[in-house]
Amino acid sequence: MRLEQYAQISNYAMVAATCVLALAFVAHVAEWAFARKVVSDEKELVTSGPTPPAPPVEDEAPVTERFSRVGVTLTILAATLLVASVITRGLAAERVPLGNMYEFGLVGVAVALLTYLALVWKYQVQWAGGVVAAFGLVMLGMSLSTYVPAGPLVPALDSYWFEIHVSAVMLAGAFFLVGAAASVLYLIRARAEAKGNVGAVLRRLPAAAVMDKLAYRVNAMAFPLWTFGALIAGPIWAHYAWGRYWGWDPKEVWAFITWVVYAGYLHARATAGWKGRRAAIFCLIGFVTFLFSYYGVNLFGSGLHSYAK
Amino acid sequence: MNPSTQASELTPRQFVRWMWRQLTSMRTALFLLLLLAVAAVPGSLVPQRGVDARAVQAFFQDHPTLAPVLDAIGMFSVYSSPWFSAIYLLLMLSLVGCIVPRIGVYAKALRARPPRAPRNFARLPGSGSFTTTASVDEVVSAGRQMLGRARIDVVQTGNGTELRAEKGYLRELGNLVFHCSILVVLVGVAIGALWSYRGAVMVTEGDGFSNTLSQYDEFNSGPLYDPDNLPPFGLTVDRMIAEFHSSGPQMGAPRLFQADVTYTERPGDEPQNYEIVVNNPLSLDGGDVFLIGQGYAPVIRVTDANGEVVFDDAVIFLPQDGTYLSEGVVKVPDAAPEQLGFQGFFMPTAVSTGDDAPTRTVYPGAVNPVVGLRMWSGDLGLDDGTPQSVYTLQKEQMTEVLGDDGEPFNISLSPGQVQDLPGGGSIEFVDLQRFARFQIADVPAKSLPLVGVSVGLIGLMASLMVRPRRTWITATTSTDEAGRTLTSVNVGVLDRVPRDETPIDLDAFLRDLQQALPTSNNLKETQT
Repeated sequence: MRLEQYAQISNYAMVAATCVLALAFVAHVAEWAFARKVVSDEKELVTSGPTPPAPPVEDEAPVTERFSRVGVTLTILAATLLVASVITRGLAAERVPLGNMYEFGLVGVAVALLTYLALVWKYQVQWAGGVVAAFGLVMLGMSLSTYVPAGPLVPALDSYWFEIHVSAVMLAGAFFLVGAAASVLYLIRARAEAKGNVGAVLRRLPAAAVMDKLAYRVNAMAFPLWTFGALIAGPIWAHYAWGRYWGWDPKEVWAFITWVVYAGYLHARATAGWKGRRAAIFCLIGFVTFLFSYYGVNLFGSGLHSYAK
Repeated sequence: MNPSTQASELTPRQFVRWMWRQLTSMRTALFLLLLLAVAAVPGSLVPQRGVDARAVQAFFQDHPTLAPVLDAIGMFSVYSSPWFSAIYLLLMLSLVGCIVPRIGVYAKALRARPPRAPRNFARLPGSGSFTTTASVDEVVSAGRQMLGRARIDVVQTGNGTELRAEKGYLRELGNLVFHCSILVVLVGVAIGALWSYRGAVMVTEGDGFSNTLSQYDEFNSGPLYDPDNLPPFGLTVDRMIAEFHSSGPQMGAPRLFQADVTYTERPGDEPQNYEIVVNNPLSLDGGDVFLIGQGYAPVIRVTDANGEVVFDDAVIFLPQDGTYLSEGVVKVPDAAPEQLGFQGFFMPTAVSTGDDAPTRTVYPGAVNPVVGLRMWSGDLGLDDGTPQSVYTLQKEQMTEVLGDDGEPFNISLSPGQVQDLPGGGSIEFVDLQRFARFQIADVPAKSLPLVGVSVGLIGLMASLMVRPRRTWITATTSTDEAGRTLTSVNVGVLDRVPRDETPIDLDAFLRDLQQALPTSNNLKETQT
């Protein structure tokens, strides 16, 4: 097969994966919608008279369950298509497909989806499916806006530090993403718990304390990875490629800011005993700085990391 | 006593202590960390002198009123500004104030024995109990085995035998190592900043460079570096190779940049050959030579109206973008009767689609190189002693030379072509050469920050993954109605991080402990 054909297959697989992931998102939204219906039925029963409320879930729960399963199945399909797209992209470019923002986004979402599916298999975290699919769609959309045809690397990227640096940073980013998702869900659920009004949609989420802990654990894994990727592998490579290990290039500035904010988060969690709300907000600030260093710098700024154009 | 009168009654000594406690508190450290993050932001929005001095100049031209204000508050060199330095120095002070006492506490904890069991195990986050026919000694030895490498004391108390165990000392060690290594990194960065130098130079093929200050196009050095002591190496660019993709979707993208150089590390040394490639610098004693750019340097020969060759040299044309459309200037001070200046562009692969369509360049490789120039005559302004850039033409005292049609005279040359100039003389595009742009830098102690971060990372992982835990096992003998000797065992567990959670593996611990006993005849168990 010719290189152009591989590139073509990769593009088709990418588009197909995006569509399938969109369907998975719809399925999860439907799951939530039906869960909401359960609640309204419950209320009707409660108000309808002295008859003790029969378990109303029986009719609707299987529907909710089915939509959840459809969502996960579609996510598996989307992840498979994405992996196929990544592999054919690598074949087309004859290198590891991590050379530009488009490929970075592609591989990043593939890794995030596979991580999520592994967690579903091990810990039954289907409840996060809708959020994961939504984040994945946004990231894929952002990657599409930076599309470049498959091709070889520019000389500056031709170094094995490139793979080490990029993959460590990307893995850390995937964990930051999961941590941020858990923090968002935590804030929503904790609010409902505080009000004493946990609806049927939120009831599908684990307790707030569980998500608080999950966010901390994931971020605690991501932080050393980020330290390695951005503050060890990055500077070493920068030394060879640009003649200095640290030069306050906008990307470096934001990588540093991200590191500082997450360092603050871990301190707040571990030492100052900031749990729950304040920690979750801290984590989300950190994630915003990460997003900016990943995407915003390339979009708004110039600098040596400007391979987006 | 209200706080304000108390504050006014503080002696200077108390005041210093109060300040110190405030500074070293966790709340202050967190605040300073966030402040550091916020303070780093402007450096990514406003061009920085140390990163891109030309961008700073452009910013001054575009914002003539705003730029001096920003300059006054150090916005063009954020990371060496007093306020940025103040934040991280305070942070370091806070760090030291936090770390030093903790080292003392840790040293004491290392020598301390595990603490005695709390009176009421039910108050612990996790506890359990069971009764067994095994003896107290058997319970204790099974407990020892289960707790493995924890620090263990076995003590006889009024209530029986008590096993005290503590593990996870590595957590705090990792924590201390991580924070100390931040100081190591900072010291390393400071040494690098004070004693380093970094310069950039463009060298045309066939030309040489010797490492002295006057040869650099740009040069920066740390305040404690003496530029007169630059290491005396030198190099000559034999060939600058630039290859681009000539087909496919990435046509025009660079494929290889390589500078073949001959260098001498010290004067008198045997010259050596080296191929400097992007990502593969030439490392010499006292400096690394990096290839960070390249471009075209057409060889231009100018003959004046008297028939004298007044200029014959390679002229560096600075690339403006990825297509290598380049701009350059030729200054001919020796031309008679008047000095001449040429300014224009270079196109590596010029294409003209029609008579009226403007010529443009379509490929960065030199397939159809063309130099396009316009001409000025008069005074170049070189004689009044003010330094001027070789890449700009000062036209204040010059007039543009016009052609017969009254329009500005246009010069367009391919290699080997000669064009006659109005008023006599000629200009020739003799040959096309390339130039290499090198960055030469030496940062002392650059491995110190690397070692610091790496050791810090190991410490960090220990401090995040090791879970310190205290375990107590009490064993008391009693006799039941049937006259059997029984041992009732109580187990209490306290995870020090996280503090208020039920230890998840307590069930497994209790089960394994019972199974480790020689008689598995355990009678009843409870767990809270």
